[in-house]
Amino acid sequence: MANEEAIKKEISQRFGMAEESIRVARERRVFCEVGYDAFRGFLEHVCKKMGFAILCTITGQDEGETLSFMYHTARSDGTMLNIKTSVLKSDPRIKTVTDLYPVAISYERELVDLLGAAVEGLPPGKRYPLPDGWPEGQYPLRKDWKPDQLGDMAFPIKGA
Amino acid sequence: MPNITIPIGPQHPALKEPESFIITLDGERIVDADMRLGYNHRGIEKACESRNYIQSLYLLERVCGICSHTHSTCFIQAVEELAGLEVPPRALAIRTVFAELERIHSHLLWLGVAAHEVGFDTLLMYSWRDRELVMELLASLSGNRVNYGMNKPGGVRRDLTKEQLQEIAKTASALEERTKYYIQVASAETTLIERLSGVGTVSHEDAVRLGATGPTGRASNVDQDTRRDDPYAWYHALDFKVVTDTHNDVYGRTLVRLGELMETYKMLRQLASEMPEGPIFVRAPRRIPAGEAVSRYEAPRGEDIHYVRSNGSDKPERVKVRAPTLANLQAVAKMLEDNNLADAPIVIAAIDPCFSCTDRSILIKDAAGDSSKTVSWGDLRRYSIDWYKKKGLDFSGLRI
Repeated sequence: MANEEAIKKEISQRFGMAEESIRVARERRVFCEVGYDAFRGFLEHVCKKMGFAILCTITGQDEGETLSFMYHTARSDGTMLNIKTSVLKSDPRIKTVTDLYPVAISYERELVDLLGAAVEGLPPGKRYPLPDGWPEGQYPLRKDWKPDQLGDMAFPIKGA
Repeated sequence: MPNITIPIGPQHPALKEPESFIITLDGERIVDADMRLGYNHRGIEKACESRNYIQSLYLLERVCGICSHTHSTCFIQAVEELAGLEVPPRALAIRTVFAELERIHSHLLWLGVAAHEVGFDTLLMYSWRDRELVMELLASLSGNRVNYGMNKPGGVRRDLTKEQLQEIAKTASALEERTKYYIQVASAETTLIERLSGVGTVSHEDAVRLGATGPTGRASNVDQDTRRDDPYAWYHALDFKVVTDTHNDVYGRTLVRLGELMETYKMLRQLASEMPEGPIFVRAPRRIPAGEAVSRYEAPRGEDIHYVRSNGSDKPERVKVRAPTLANLQAVAKMLEDNNLADAPIVIAAIDPCFSCTDRSILIKDAAGDSSKTVSWGDLRRYSIDWYKKKGLDFSGLRI
């Protein structure tokens, strides 16, 4: 796995990261965690200088005190670099990455609707994927959210 | 004349599933396209968090009717990686057989839809008739035309007999002959070529920039295919080439899908003749050790991605699904720009957005009495042949 080790070495040296914070899970799968302050510079570097020009998707997670976002980037040789970063759930602001990856627009809208992330700089447009009348402040992918919180939003089926 | 904005969808005859396009026109030319999605959002990711891995496997198989094996395999690969399971070669090869059969039925379905959108309904009838060969084969192998239920953690649930493998190779060869004919039609039928060429163009640079995936990207010469670049299941052992094209338009997307079908037939014959021997599963634990894994899979429409995070229990902590259509939507907006409004249906259809249909038997009640019976697909077919015979048309000699 020389390829994966080379990636690990480059990012650990360039960004002064401890090698333990970078995990080579298997061939073509590298995971790492970056503080949000350093995240933007890190992402720009891997996108523009290391060939990770494909953003496969962004996985948002509720981790209690924080919301974490894993940016699944890939390059054409099939290697995937999964970069995780976190912000406080009480102040869940992140900046858009649509300037680096235009495809991120749908992924970021998902983070807004389903996890309640505040994505700054996201171009205006229709929400995705929840319906227009969805109540404010209800984020289904947060761990404490239950469907019965919808209350009056339950849609009765005629004749049922 | 001022620009006019018209809504198409969420329910519209030109769309096969609910989605909404807001199209701004200058005369007949599209100058801007916006879209609203989410009408089919069913909360499956959240639902997985309260179900165990087996239940989640069956739920995820139902993300899509056409790509059912896609989602099931993509998920279970991540779970097996977390559990550290060594899936036996025969199980991986059987998964690959189903993956490629699914690609055939998806691509032939697309060919029919695309033909219909440009008014070439003869091609729709032909391609969907041929598609029945693979649908019936899938039903005979798994019991279902879609949602095959083949996967389980650690392997597959059903083995394939020698006779079934021969049948797979035979069907692949029969469909190969039909696909050669379609390639001939696509290369020589001037009306079709003229109708599809220069429509829904997206340049190579835009396709890369906008993250187009699958045949949509490959028709703009984006040389990416997860089966080759990040091989899973049994693809590392197969000899196939990735089909690309430089037309950058709907015509190119047609050629790529037809070319891919030819590669799929080749792969199926290899799998049938070189199927590894041995067990079809290993025992898997109910509780999956804590960890995280990302699985990638080349679905018929492009790359499917599943992220799974486990917490040591029998239920996943988080499941994230990225189906290929979501990655292709930015490219669609670009493709629609500067086309005629009348091209919108074929441009949208050309990325092969997902829809599902799985009915295969109906319950008929005798209107005069209480009796009822279930009618199989074969019975329905015989009934239709008899019905037409009474009208003076004899289709009984027709073989599909």
